[in-house]
Amino acid sequence: MINANDFSLAELVIVAAAEAWRGDGEVLATGIGPLPRIAAGLAKLTFAPGLVLTDGEAYTVEEPIPLGSRDHQIKPSGWMPYSRVFDSVWSGKRHAMVTPVQVDRFGQANISALGDFKRPKVQMLGVRGFPGNSVCHKNSMFLPNHGKRTFTEAEVDVVASVGHNPARWPLSAKRKPVDLGIVVTNLCVLDFNGPNHAAQVLSLHPGVSFEEVQAETGFPLLRAKRMRVSVAPTEEQLAIIRRLDPSEIRANVIKGNPPGRKAA
Amino acid sequence: MNKEMDAKSVVAQLRDGMTIGVGGWGPRRKPMALIREILRSDLKDLTIAAYGGPEVGMLCAAGKVRKLIYGFVSLDAIPIEPYFRKAREAGSIEVNELDEGLLLLGLQAAGHQLPFLPTRVGLGSDVMTYNPYLKTVRSPYEDGEELLAMKAIRLDAALIHVSRSDRLGNTQTDGPDPYFDPLFARAADKVFVTAEELVDRIDISHPHLAKNNLFERYLVTGVVSAPLGAHPTTSHDGYGWDMAHLKVYSASASEESGWKRYFDEFIAGGEEGYLDRVGGRAHVRALPIPAF
Repeated sequence: MINANDFSLAELVIVAAAEAWRGDGEVLATGIGPLPRIAAGLAKLTFAPGLVLTDGEAYTVEEPIPLGSRDHQIKPSGWMPYSRVFDSVWSGKRHAMVTPVQVDRFGQANISALGDFKRPKVQMLGVRGFPGNSVCHKNSMFLPNHGKRTFTEAEVDVVASVGHNPARWPLSAKRKPVDLGIVVTNLCVLDFNGPNHAAQVLSLHPGVSFEEVQAETGFPLLRAKRMRVSVAPTEEQLAIIRRLDPSEIRANVIKGNPPGRKAA
Repeated sequence: MNKEMDAKSVVAQLRDGMTIGVGGWGPRRKPMALIREILRSDLKDLTIAAYGGPEVGMLCAAGKVRKLIYGFVSLDAIPIEPYFRKAREAGSIEVNELDEGLLLLGLQAAGHQLPFLPTRVGLGSDVMTYNPYLKTVRSPYEDGEELLAMKAIRLDAALIHVSRSDRLGNTQTDGPDPYFDPLFARAADKVFVTAEELVDRIDISHPHLAKNNLFERYLVTGVVSAPLGAHPTTSHDGYGWDMAHLKVYSASASEESGWKRYFDEFIAGGEEGYLDRVGGRAHVRALPIPAF
């Protein structure tokens, strides 16, 4: 397999994000938003055939549904209405990739509101399923705009999904450990598996320096032991990505749709 | 036995201060014909529980809401409901913002006549901070685990849109997802449904669709014939949401006296002419059901 020369940052991100599901076996893989959804499809079609995907509405599918294809004939393999999504969530047999608005050093995330919850500066969606997802199954994240507003110095304004903040857990409450997967951004891939769940950079996208990522992050980052450069997509992966996103919705996700290799 | 009612007589059974659950999910299968009748009424101080879509925003805009119980409020393609956002940012409503699954469990507890249901959902998150009424309970078994005790959400009334109903109150809901309509129905003292199609006896006209029945007729107080009554939300398998209309509605939220103008243009004139004012029956019937 040869790595391609010409690819966009979005395509690099999709390939990096697909890795979130490696080794998961048979679980419900939910990629919310265009890039995570393409990534889940790519993972299933290449190295993670056990993943169960949905059509984004109420059915499970064995063939990932291409984005934005109104005429696509859906061939359901099973039924997954919202009530069963919750059954899946609570059983732990799910791994979602979501896009929060804020993430902090504990891996806690917010999609609820900005500012004071009682009278928010900006009301967003509400906590949705984040609290339950985060205590029941594995969660990864995709952030298209890596900066200090998203990776906050202080704790996130509203803790919608739980992370590794011990202050949030009374000693008497036994708990399953929070299972955070990877965080893929427009600059790098990181996780919260450093010493004491510290954030660590696993890979830097081509042309991005560690110092640059640190400068855009509100909390300290570590270099993972084997920190490397994010792997370029192969031609085979690019062909699958084009098939899963024929109308190139992926071009509108990261500001300016930059190339995967930064111009020198 | 004939449970047929009109929307006005349903609203006449509702009272100020009631807790009302609304079926559907975001901009999907909302009983909008009944919501609009509430908007035209002088009902006030309502507590609304919903997987919220435009009905929540409209009820907030019209000043009908004292308190909201929700996991999200969204118009999907327009992610943030504009009037819900406005009400929140003005601090003008009390809220119980819950995980979607906690809302599910609260309704389920009410429907099963339980005070609460135990769960891990919400622990460690700000759902506990901003809903200080939520308490924990300890497992009585060897594990001794501390769990959140999701309090029952009892509803005075539930408003639900269905595909068809008969006059006895038997209903069928087409489409791929029941959402949590059955839980809303069981949690409520009274259930009022709006139906795309009202038939005499569903067992005679549509027996092959019995699996589309989501809750028993003994739960149903009244049925309202409301063809296309979910507009501007999706009603499977009939018609999709009216995103162009939802955009007009959303845009009104950032205009001076925008809500009054929206209300006067589309809602004030009564349900009779509503469909004509939003483009006509043929327009609504032809709205494609969105694919994802």
